[in-house]
Amino acid sequence: MNLILFIFIVLLGFTSYYFGRRKAYTIQSTNKRLTALPQFYGYYLAIWCAIPAFIIFSLWAIFEPTIVKLLILSDYSNQGYLDDELNLIYEKTKALSRGQFTGEITPFIEASAEKYLSLRSIAQSSKAVIVLSIIIASVAYAYKKISSNSRTREPVEKFLKAVLFTASLAAILTTVGIVFSLIFQTIDFFKVIPLFDFVFGTHWYPAKAFVRDSSEALDPTMYSDTFGAVPIFAGTFFIAFIAMCVAIPIGLMSGIYLAEYASVKVRQYAKPLIEILAGIPTVVYGFFAALTVGPFLKEIGNSMGLDVSAESALAAGGVMGIMIIPFISSLSDDVITSVPQSLRDGSYAMGATKSETIKKVIFPAALPGIVGSILLGVSRAIGETMIVVMASGLAANLTLNPLESTSTITAQIVVILIGDQAFGDPKTQAAFALGMSLFLVTLCLNIVALRVVKKYREKYE
Amino acid sequence: MKKNGVKMIKINSKNVDVYYGKKQALFNINLDIEENQVTALIGPSGCGKSTFLRCLNRMNDVIDICRVKGQIIINDFDINDKSCDVVRLREKIGMVFQKPNPFPKTIYENISYGPTIHGMAQSKNEMDEIVETSLKKAALWEEVKDRLHEPGTGLSGGQQQRLCIARAISVKPEVILMDEPCSALDPIATAQIEELIDELKKDHTIIIVTHSMAQAARVSQNTGFFHLGELIEHGSTDKIFKNPENKKTQDYITGRFG
Repeated sequence: MNLILFIFIVLLGFTSYYFGRRKAYTIQSTNKRLTALPQFYGYYLAIWCAIPAFIIFSLWAIFEPTIVKLLILSDYSNQGYLDDELNLIYEKTKALSRGQFTGEITPFIEASAEKYLSLRSIAQSSKAVIVLSIIIASVAYAYKKISSNSRTREPVEKFLKAVLFTASLAAILTTVGIVFSLIFQTIDFFKVIPLFDFVFGTHWYPAKAFVRDSSEALDPTMYSDTFGAVPIFAGTFFIAFIAMCVAIPIGLMSGIYLAEYASVKVRQYAKPLIEILAGIPTVVYGFFAALTVGPFLKEIGNSMGLDVSAESALAAGGVMGIMIIPFISSLSDDVITSVPQSLRDGSYAMGATKSETIKKVIFPAALPGIVGSILLGVSRAIGETMIVVMASGLAANLTLNPLESTSTITAQIVVILIGDQAFGDPKTQAAFALGMSLFLVTLCLNIVALRVVKKYREKYE
Repeated sequence: MKKNGVKMIKINSKNVDVYYGKKQALFNINLDIEENQVTALIGPSGCGKSTFLRCLNRMNDVIDICRVKGQIIINDFDINDKSCDVVRLREKIGMVFQKPNPFPKTIYENISYGPTIHGMAQSKNEMDEIVETSLKKAALWEEVKDRLHEPGTGLSGGQQQRLCIARAISVKPEVILMDEPCSALDPIATAQIEELIDELKKDHTIIIVTHSMAQAARVSQNTGFFHLGELIEHGSTDKIFKNPENKKTQDYITGRFG
């Protein structure tokens, strides 16, 4: 029903566009100069169609359920029901009307369900009638109003600006929403687990929290020594560090090769090939790390008499580094290529060789972009989940030995949220606290990145 | 400058042809450049004068599809020969470009760049001295002596171009090539650069490509006129401007085309 109505309104929009343009042509044919191109008249009418439709649809979506609920529950008023019971009755009514009710059907509820259905159908048809009549009225009004000297270009431009503004607002509001969804759970978590224990505790063992029966009373002392985040923060930065040790040199050098040394032909094929690396799903990297690299490292280590775990930070970090290479290589290639040719010429004309030119002129000039690409790589490394879960294990060891297994923030969030979860339980809330800290870390990283880039911009441009 | 009445030839080019891919850009150029004189290369856009200039320090090497044939002899040595060391060549032959292109570094580092890569200074004091003399010779010292460690890109257009000239003379080149050095500058900055060119010719041989015939007449002693990749006429500036032999030269000088 809604879909048909929607399609109808869209068609109406096109029609009004057509009529608006036609009227403009008619005006033009009487040798009057228009204030805007004919299609602006069309867009103007289409907007007069879209805005009322949008307003009515949103008002309806907000008020319809409330009004229907009030009407249904008015039958049950003055019978001494509690609010919760009334809500339950309403839910039952809705379920029954959809044919999804499984409990015992009482005549009261059946009557309510019928009433609900009839109310809904009245609401739907009245919505259709109201929307269509208002749209037609508004379009007709606008159609009459437009003349050779009416302003249509400015409202259309304003409307476009408003639409674009709304789109960017949606992105920002989503971020705010995510932060808020994290904040409240995080606060609840820290009501049970002291912030100090979380930030400085060196023992992360959330499995301990699984043991508790949710019917038992919450005993904070039970959680001491359970949610100490130091090992997983350390693991996160350690694995990210290993990844960057692989990605920065290889990515940067291949970027420089592509930008400065590779011939047009080589570049034409090499660049897409490197970028293919970026298109591989991380889960594929994950099993590459877990099934190929991990055992391989273990074998080599064992043959040298080292004790290497099959799930090691080195395997996960190394493969993660390979995953990040294309980001750094491709971005730094772009940045280096965009350094003006005049700077290269200036350096060559002084008698500098290619490597001197790259080291002393091009690299410093491209530095802001290169730093930006590296920091982008770092935030990829910190946020990466799948490779760690598969290749570096889930035990949160506090270690700096790359041959042992470690775990990261993201991997622990996975561990916590897989399987049954009890809401309002510190175990589940720990995931939110971790998510929040991850968010803060990447936020700081981005701020630092912007600062660095800005500082060098001022210096180099 | 004449020594015992004989003109000293600094650069001697013989049968120079240049190709961009399959397209020939220069046809059989034979041009001698006199030492410690300013030689202006004039001609309409696309006539090959910049291409010829870039032959003289092998800057055309940078362009993949460009091929140069013929001999260019500087100090009895053919620079197109395989044994020519481009790094040494460019140390001897400096270049100033159309658009000021200071490096994104401080003023000091811009000047010290050349001396550093050619290992010309043994100590910091020596380097300071090179920087100071270069800036003084480029008539920029007074304006920047208090801010040597600020970025060179923060200077005005005319100052940037003088910085580029200072950079070029920091390695004490014998020849300075200038590719329309004033085309991005205002008249006052242009006048300053022209004055500077006159000053520089005491120590350097200067070849300047210019679109402005007035500028060629003002700054140069010799002029070469290029048209469609050919050197139509060359000789003393006086003669080219007052009494050209070729009809095309006359037409161009008098503004009938180009």
